[in-house]
Amino acid sequence: MTMTPDTVLDLALNASYALLVFGIACAFARLARGPSLPDRVVALDYTAILTVAFAALYAIEADEPAFIDVAVVLALAAFLATVAFARFAEGREGAARGRPRGRGDAR
Amino acid sequence: MIELLVATMLLFGALLAAIAGLGLLRLPDVLIRMHASTKAGTLGVGLILAATALHYGEPGPSFRALATIVFLLITAPVAAHMIARAAYRTGVPLWDHAVIDELRGAQDVQRGLPGASSEAQPGAQNDRALAKSDARPTESGAGP
Repeated sequence: MTMTPDTVLDLALNASYALLVFGIACAFARLARGPSLPDRVVALDYTAILTVAFAALYAIEADEPAFIDVAVVLALAAFLATVAFARFAEGREGAARGRPRGRGDAR
Repeated sequence: MIELLVATMLLFGALLAAIAGLGLLRLPDVLIRMHASTKAGTLGVGLILAATALHYGEPGPSFRALATIVFLLITAPVAAHMIARAAYRTGVPLWDHAVIDELRGAQDVQRGLPGASSEAQPGAQNDRALAKSDARPTESGAGP
């Protein structure tokens, strides 16, 4: 079996898919475990960024430049979602300000 | 030959992204986890997008891939800063080995005014989980 550059690229693509899946699995574990709301926001943000990388990988594998546009739009949506979530997390604290809350009460 | 370069960049980028995921899972508190996902994650995804740009090597797709990198580099710090501010203001506890919290007391000037009545003494509200660092003077901040 000869290692032409194309087979090397295919191997690298498959390995990269596996590594990205591992990263997403870690982010999902963090999303499930929490423990606080900002933790989950960080995990969601990271999942979205890794999805951008997935789109770029698939653009290489399928030789289809349209998937780069998918990556652009996903990056934009991920940023907006993160900003919205962060503001939501902050605003929720403002709404709950009157309530007594224990120290280290992570939500 | 360019395939080999693309393959190398893909592998490095994906490896960085996986390490960032591991850090997101294993590091001790929100702000430290954000380090992993924001910096290593952005670098990894940026490498993968740069590999995509290199793979196409023609103006249209490559430019869009590079524009995505620039966009990520602009937005990632903004998003991370907003999450960090939300985390700090909602009082998410810091790691108990944290050495210094320079914002301590500075934030409740802004947020403690209207509804601070829930806890009797002022300052208790912002008393963060820094019990270990209380013993030593804050100015030193140089670590154990």
